[in-house]
Amino acid sequence: MADLAHGKPDQRGLSHAAGADSHGVGTRRDFLTIAGNALAVVGAACVAWPLIDSMNPAQDTLAAGAPVDIDISKLQPGQQIVVLWRSRPIFVVNRTPDLLQTLQQPQDLALLSDPNSEVLQQPGYAKNWNRSLQPQYLVLVGICTHLGCIPSFMPQANSVGPGWIGGYFCPCHGSRYDLSGRVYSGVPAPYNLPVPPYRFLNPTTIRIGENPPNEADFSLDSVVQI
Amino acid sequence: MAGTPSTVRTNNKLVRWIDRRLPLFSFAQDAMIDYPEPRNLNYWWNFGSLAGLMLVIMIVTGVFLAMQYTPDSNLAFNSVERVMRDVNYGWLLRYIHMNGASFFFIVVYIHIFRGMYYGSYKEPRELLWMLGVVILLLMMATAFFGYVLPWGQMSFWGATVITNLFSVIPVVGKTVLTWLLGGYAVGGPTLARFFSLHYLLPFVIVGVVGLHLIALRQHGSNNPLGIAVKGPQDELPFHPYYTIKDLFGLGVFLIIYALFVFEMPNVLGDAANYIPANPLQTPPEIVPEWYLLPFYAILRSVPDILFIPSKLAGAICLAGSILILFLLPWLDTSRVRSAYFRPIYKWVFWLIVIDVFALGTVGAHRPEGWYIVIGRIATLYYFFHFLILLPFIGWFERPLPLPESISAAVTRKNGVPVGAAPAEPR
Repeated sequence: MADLAHGKPDQRGLSHAAGADSHGVGTRRDFLTIAGNALAVVGAACVAWPLIDSMNPAQDTLAAGAPVDIDISKLQPGQQIVVLWRSRPIFVVNRTPDLLQTLQQPQDLALLSDPNSEVLQQPGYAKNWNRSLQPQYLVLVGICTHLGCIPSFMPQANSVGPGWIGGYFCPCHGSRYDLSGRVYSGVPAPYNLPVPPYRFLNPTTIRIGENPPNEADFSLDSVVQI
Repeated sequence: MAGTPSTVRTNNKLVRWIDRRLPLFSFAQDAMIDYPEPRNLNYWWNFGSLAGLMLVIMIVTGVFLAMQYTPDSNLAFNSVERVMRDVNYGWLLRYIHMNGASFFFIVVYIHIFRGMYYGSYKEPRELLWMLGVVILLLMMATAFFGYVLPWGQMSFWGATVITNLFSVIPVVGKTVLTWLLGGYAVGGPTLARFFSLHYLLPFVIVGVVGLHLIALRQHGSNNPLGIAVKGPQDELPFHPYYTIKDLFGLGVFLIIYALFVFEMPNVLGDAANYIPANPLQTPPEIVPEWYLLPFYAILRSVPDILFIPSKLAGAICLAGSILILFLLPWLDTSRVRSAYFRPIYKWVFWLIVIDVFALGTVGAHRPEGWYIVIGRIATLYYFFHFLILLPFIGWFERPLPLPESISAAVTRKNGVPVGAAPAEPR
């Protein structure tokens, strides 16, 4: 309306397109409109943020994600225990020398999708043939990289089918992993099972959620796929 | 201001006094009694009002169920069992609500296919159709949140699988997922917010249904002939003609609905949801409720496409399969609305119906053997139908001649339609 009073009816609705003004300069009203609207947007964002952020994990939820210590002194050879860390199942396996041997046979490695753990699914200190700090003890996040199911521990040979050398079998959609959590080719799961950050406090205690002191920092959030 | 003149026909002084100040009675008179509808609507036009009724049933039973439910991951499962065993008529409320979700989707899917057969989405009803797709999306979200609440095995693992889809978003996927879940994985905070949203969204649906109805009244209902109403001779007042037709359809519908509620209340559900949620044990197979199976099949059927991994491609196709409906008014290039006059489309329509049923079947089975092949073909055909078939058929199809008017086509003199176009198909 004010523009009409200035005798420039074509300026209606172009109040924030200051360049359209015949004099090439915006009016004082244009400036106030832009500034006012910009402030309103900032204000709306400030109001929205506490609402949005309240849905992020609360402090007690985060605190419950602190590192956990596991006593492995009673973990028998060939046995697996499952503990919860950050609401996720963590597999800890005491691998026998026989089982470890299956992890290095070339004919078995040829069946794997990522035998050398090239994809970032583990800390640097577990990027080796046994995907662990000490070959005897395997530590994995037990969540299938396909759609989040929990793979079953099947260490016995031929327990899933003929030629099975022991490993993990996901009951949901049939994904298969070896006893280092490395995924086989031709199954729905795309990646190896993730290895969480962990370290040995002493030979019989593992702390999940903390990196070894002399190793590069690794966060489970950085893996490609949980 | 003189106000709108009252249209209510009554001598009741109180009614007239109120209506002059708050025109509720006039509104009811206009919307439900005098409201003109095309005179040739068939029974496929019952499903809009049935969907409205299902929304009311779901909200009413849901409000009472919420009085007994506890959204806590340690207590939720038992609170639902308490509803079933201890709360007076709790079993009835829950079975009406549980099966109501299925029947709501049955009614809405028929309503959608009705719109597709008779071209109800075409000019000038594009926004009416798009608001309907928004309602469908809101219904899917509401149903998903609701299915999580009993905190059974299928609740928990279904929530895990579906929320995991968000992790495929590039860069921010994991942050978004953690934000959605309120923790590192599906758990107590997730359940509490899903309950809140499950209570909120139905009222959002009510709002969008309001917009849907405003858009509907702007140009009135489409009709089986798909031609515009040309005058009062083409119309009938809503009452008594369509109130009675809707009520009869409602009776038939309620008989079928009641059969499920009282005789086979768990047939449409999954037995695994009567096992409490266990984050350390996956059920043998994770399947969503039947009404989401076609979309679940699309998610799982997509293989790796070039450099896009199967998981991301599947999620994109899943989203695309619903979002493509928004574009339907422009993808269908034919200017003739009703399949009645479209000799090719009337067959192609049934192919997409069969295709959706095939996808539903594939979604209910493990992706093995033939199911993978059928799933991929059906997924491909789904997009082929919307993106290629529909635009092309509109160009080369020669529609049958349209009748002059609705009344000419449906009013018969000596058994012959008055003014009917020659060779009108049966």
